[in-house]
Amino acid sequence: MMTDPHTGANSRKRIDEPTGTETMGHEWDGIEELNTPLPRWWLWTFYACIAFAIGYVIVYPAFPMLHSGSKGLWGWSSRGALAADIQAEDARRGPQMAALAAVPIEQLPNDPKLLRAAIDGGRAAFKVNCVQCHGAGAAGGKGYPNLNDDDWLWGGDAKAIEYTLTHGVRQDADKQTRTSQMPAFGRDGILNAAQVQDVVSHVRVISGQDKPGASAARGTALFAANCAVCHGAGGEGSRSVGAPRLTDAIWLYGGDRATLTETVTNARYGQMPNWGARLSPVTIKMLATYVHSLGGGEDAPAASAPTAPATAPAGTAK
Amino acid sequence: MNSPAPVPTDHASEIGYYQKRKGVFPRKIDGRFRRFKWLMMALCLLVYYATPWLRWDRGPYAPNQAVLVDLAHRRFFMFAIEIWPQEFYFVAGLLIMAGIGLFLVTSAVGRAWCGYACPQTVWTDLYQHVDRFIDGDRNAQIRLQAAPWTPAKIARRLLKWSIYLTIAFWTGGAWILYFADAPTLTHDFWTGQAAAVAYATVFVLTMTTFVLGGFMREQVCIYMCPWPRIQTAMLDEKSLLVTYKDWRGEPRGSVKAHKADDAKLGAEKLGDCIDCLQCVAVCPTGIDIREGPQIGCITCGLCIDACDRAMVQTGRPRGLIDYATLDDAVREKRGEAPTPILRTLLRPRMLVYLGVWSALGLAMLFMLGARTRIDVSVAKDRNPQFVTLSNGSVRNGYTIKLRNMEDRPRRMTLALDGLPGGALYDDEMDAAAATRVLELAVPADATRTVRVYAVADRAHAVPQHFGMVLRALDSEGGGARRDTSFTTSQGDAP
Repeated sequence: MMTDPHTGANSRKRIDEPTGTETMGHEWDGIEELNTPLPRWWLWTFYACIAFAIGYVIVYPAFPMLHSGSKGLWGWSSRGALAADIQAEDARRGPQMAALAAVPIEQLPNDPKLLRAAIDGGRAAFKVNCVQCHGAGAAGGKGYPNLNDDDWLWGGDAKAIEYTLTHGVRQDADKQTRTSQMPAFGRDGILNAAQVQDVVSHVRVISGQDKPGASAARGTALFAANCAVCHGAGGEGSRSVGAPRLTDAIWLYGGDRATLTETVTNARYGQMPNWGARLSPVTIKMLATYVHSLGGGEDAPAASAPTAPATAPAGTAK
Repeated sequence: MNSPAPVPTDHASEIGYYQKRKGVFPRKIDGRFRRFKWLMMALCLLVYYATPWLRWDRGPYAPNQAVLVDLAHRRFFMFAIEIWPQEFYFVAGLLIMAGIGLFLVTSAVGRAWCGYACPQTVWTDLYQHVDRFIDGDRNAQIRLQAAPWTPAKIARRLLKWSIYLTIAFWTGGAWILYFADAPTLTHDFWTGQAAAVAYATVFVLTMTTFVLGGFMREQVCIYMCPWPRIQTAMLDEKSLLVTYKDWRGEPRGSVKAHKADDAKLGAEKLGDCIDCLQCVAVCPTGIDIREGPQIGCITCGLCIDACDRAMVQTGRPRGLIDYATLDDAVREKRGEAPTPILRTLLRPRMLVYLGVWSALGLAMLFMLGARTRIDVSVAKDRNPQFVTLSNGSVRNGYTIKLRNMEDRPRRMTLALDGLPGGALYDDEMDAAAATRVLELAVPADATRTVRVYAVADRAHAVPQHFGMVLRALDSEGGGARRDTSFTTSQGDAP
């Protein structure tokens, strides 16, 4: 039997014998409810919460409307909060950015704190702009140089890296871009297929992958006549024209016979955007500092030394 | 249940769904439990206020505050012990010990924590003394409560609440001193140079102390605190509880009724309870202990003091209200002697708690003594896993963390164990200077992160496991070793 809590409740209230507590007057199949009253202050905290909630929906965005939500009296928005955070962060970094802009990149190591800041900033910029080709760990891939190693096509000191980043590689839009073009020896008929194989044999010998043989011996003369002008008489490469060193263990496209044949026959034409047109000079400076810090960066004076003799034989060969 | 038959409540009609707080105006009382409560209160307040001011010399590289929770630098100092975040299990262990200690105390002597040491109890007690100091004892307080709001009453209330606020402010103010150098922070606080969070913390704690200690009081214990419920589950029939011995006290009657009772010999005798209501008057939570064990009883023992006084004054033996176990209640009812208190306290359950508690404490002391203050962790680069260099040698990168937990700078060496033909260099060295043993300086009480490269020449560059060994160079020595691996184009180490 159920009692209507609104009408008949009061008449059925009684004191429960074992507990000495008043009942609510409800009964379901003989089960009754005891009245254990809440403390009144509890009720007040509940009202306070309601008041707070009303205030909250007035000052903060709350109600969905036809086109957008209600704005709230304080005009707060998460987008606005983010913009304020970014502005505050920019203001915080302002002096550091100004200092970075003022110091030439080769003098950054004199200020270890600024150098550290530049590396950190460069790491962040790298993740946005560079990882698409060079990979998240800057390890590169086929046709995209590994930036961790000590082999540099266009120079590995900080200033050279900064220059390469600013002007890009083989970008017609930038007059100062790093540029050179290897002839397509096979495709353009400069060397026939057999001669290409002989040159490849020679390259594989000077890189220590094969033992000298008849083909390599024939290739030696062909190399001297066709390749040494850029790659150097001994295959040591030239940074002034971005000609890779052929005697080391690092291959941008691959050092196996098939890949080398493909390279000599059709040539390669790797490109990199001229980032100077897209990024601020400070960002590029930070990127260059980061790349320089990855383990293969060269010191500025040491970098000028190998560049000079590398250009000299190329010049005399002409 | 040994509680007397419930009296049908005469206020049944006034109980609605919500209950107004009934004021509690405990009467001043003296006695052994009150004196013990005074002692505990003084002790607790002294420990709370004085601890941040204790000094402890740790040398020039660490703070000299004896107890300091240095959140900014993630260090916890407690006298000779310094704990780093990764050693937080020591703090967890302390909390577990505190928990088991509470089990022990509760199953032995009931809610002693609630009655004597809980901050809510200590501060409520303090505030009730302020009430007595300003408004007078129980009766004066009740009169003033009922009086209309005359200017005199308003003035007195404002005076009392300003004392409440001052105590509350001191309470909140002392709290922040545990988190920074106390003298410096005090100076900064009063000159307006302290961090905003310090002022905010003081404000919040001032307000909570003011409200919880000044006004909510026993409502916190009865409605907010989970501990009374948890403790109820820990009590057993051998736990000492504040007990009204109803078999001795009932039926109760006033002194007058007792006199009349004594006159007619042979009639049904009245019990010892003279119904003077002193036990109710002194109760800081306003309950009647004669209704039996209940959630509102914090077992402070003040009703024992009050009742003993009344018994002595009327020439009866003390202890009508006393600490007793449920077992003893049954025995005493049958007229048997109660169990000796030592046998109650030294029962197996107590000994097990004590054993676990002591074992934990000893284990933690041992770990504190045996823990190493120097450590190294090695995280191998995962991208790229290896770099082939132009001369055919292979380089792997590692992020090394050197941990110096001593409060002085130390010089250490990091050496290769294994990796034949290999050498190490860090990112501040020239690769040409690579060596098998790096020497590194680590600042006091700090972790130094170093990028380290291991290079193996062409002939030796094969995937393999090897170790990095850290050694301290000073006389104290010590060190650590971590295994890691070397990867080449041939893949990972097997």
